[in-house]
Amino acid sequence: MRNINDYEPIVGKNVINELYFLGEKLKGKKIQNINSTAVGGGVAEILSKMIPLLKDLGVDAEWNVIKGDGKFFTITKKMHNALHGRKENLTREEFDYFIEVNRENQKVMNLSSDIMFIHDPQPILLVEKKNEFKNNWIWRCHIDITQAQDDVYEFLKSYIHRYDSCVFSAPAFSKRDINIQQIMIPPSIDPLSDKNKELEEEYIVKTFEKYRIDMSRPVVTQISRFDYLKDPLGVIEVYKLVKKYNDCQLILAGGGATDDPEGMKVYEQVLEAAKDDPDIHVLLLPHDDLLINALQRGSTILMQKSLKEGFGLTVSEALWKEKPVIASAVGGIPLQITHKYSGILTYSIEGTAYYLKQLLNNPDYAKQLGKNGKEHVKNNFLITRHLKDYLMLFLSLYYKDDIVYF
Amino acid sequence: MPEFEFKSEIHLLKLLGLKAKNIEELYENIQIAPLSSIYYHTHRFLKQHHFLSPEPPNDFAFWIKNSLNIKDLSEAVASIDTVKFEGLKELKNEILKVLSSYLKKVRSINNCEKGDEFHFISCQTFVLPTGYKSSNLREFYEIIKMIDINSIYFHIFEAKLRLKKNENDFQSWLNQINENELALKLANLDPYNMTLENLRNKILKILREKVK
Repeated sequence: MRNINDYEPIVGKNVINELYFLGEKLKGKKIQNINSTAVGGGVAEILSKMIPLLKDLGVDAEWNVIKGDGKFFTITKKMHNALHGRKENLTREEFDYFIEVNRENQKVMNLSSDIMFIHDPQPILLVEKKNEFKNNWIWRCHIDITQAQDDVYEFLKSYIHRYDSCVFSAPAFSKRDINIQQIMIPPSIDPLSDKNKELEEEYIVKTFEKYRIDMSRPVVTQISRFDYLKDPLGVIEVYKLVKKYNDCQLILAGGGATDDPEGMKVYEQVLEAAKDDPDIHVLLLPHDDLLINALQRGSTILMQKSLKEGFGLTVSEALWKEKPVIASAVGGIPLQITHKYSGILTYSIEGTAYYLKQLLNNPDYAKQLGKNGKEHVKNNFLITRHLKDYLMLFLSLYYKDDIVYF
Repeated sequence: MPEFEFKSEIHLLKLLGLKAKNIEELYENIQIAPLSSIYYHTHRFLKQHHFLSPEPPNDFAFWIKNSLNIKDLSEAVASIDTVKFEGLKELKNEILKVLSSYLKKVRSINNCEKGDEFHFISCQTFVLPTGYKSSNLREFYEIIKMIDINSIYFHIFEAKLRLKKNENDFQSWLNQINENELALKLANLDPYNMTLENLRNKILKILREKVK
């Protein structure tokens, strides 16, 4: 298990000292996190990292999970889709069952901690207990609700208003009609995870040898699952436009397609589009974070030519490897890349091809973008920044002034 | 001799739920946005991108150029001389003045692309001790050399504009220890036109002659 001090060589002593200082200020306060699943999904992943780190900082943090049956989770899945903007028909009976399961959980859970930190819509009704305990409640929304279906949003809003604060990941997710404090806390990456940690050069070389990719020639890589929204076919078109003038190879690598019929279809189309060019490497990979890390670190330029993204944290993962990144200006990607400073933002196949040529022909410029990108991620998208934001969020419940002096 | 205590600051970002898709809406929302929001949008780049560029593209100017493609207005907003304003209210009024004169002269208002709207953010600031204190000029110089860049940012920018002091914290302390000449030299720096690391180097250069 990692310790908070393990991050000091990466972020510096000052950052770690600040975290300890903020942790000290929360002494005596108990913080209880509640979500709907202990494993699987981004929320469980981040909580499993955050709770031990908060404890390292002396914060009394705990994590509990609500109970629900298959029917409840089918309803919450429909709600999730509806919040993402997909048309879903939720009946009165389904809303009632959602309320009922939440109230069952209220009866069996201890909800008396100083700060109740509720993640996502599934346990949102636990806040009905706020009056009983007179404690502080925060609702953390991990999803993009900009296109939310009205009935589901209105239902949730009546409960959001009972909280003291709510938290969103990006500015566009905030709502004018929410009358409690709205905080912005973007997601983060863990620089010590297998996906992001430094690797031995030998491991990277062996990985490229295994897939017969020539490291002596430029390699352009997009890591993403085979999905229309990640536009792998568009990436091949970009590559073909560039290949006329610049020698390069293309890696399209991703996993998770076998149990997804649409994913398999995209994968087959990608294979078809790539079949006549031995320099295009289409890799359907098992789940292996170290392998993905090695492919990114051995590449010359990384791409994320998505048509739609949530926050698009894969861009921060790419930037962290100090690589020049070309990505579409969608979702949260513009928060991670400032065009021509810390990477390249594009809007079309032609534009992407234009900038790819620029970077292949100007390696010094490309290198500078990679350096700036890594620095930007270091300052803004590492887990230590996320921890700092959470600590400030908890303190903001007790300190209300615009400027707080410690 | 009075001690100088080096502090640092961190910000918790607050979403106001206000957004603009054109200059008219930008103007209206700047009018109602709290001063902490004006501060955030005019100073965020200094910290987030301090390693990138000496140009401090404030968020308003950046958005006007990149999302509305109104280059002259963007330049006018970017070139507002932040350092000359005593407080955020005055800075806000100046931004409104520039936008208002643009609105008076244009015939049609263009909207940005959907999804590219300007979102207003404000911040709550937490000021923390760094643990470093200096009781003379030599110690002060040595700490400036190595202190986290956030601390320099705090004492130079935050003190003057947001806390409405007439001078930045470094000047103020130098005056207290009768180093008025050094204080004056610091007062003449325009910190908005250099990266924070360059600012640190300029301060060190000013101090060096006296410390030698």
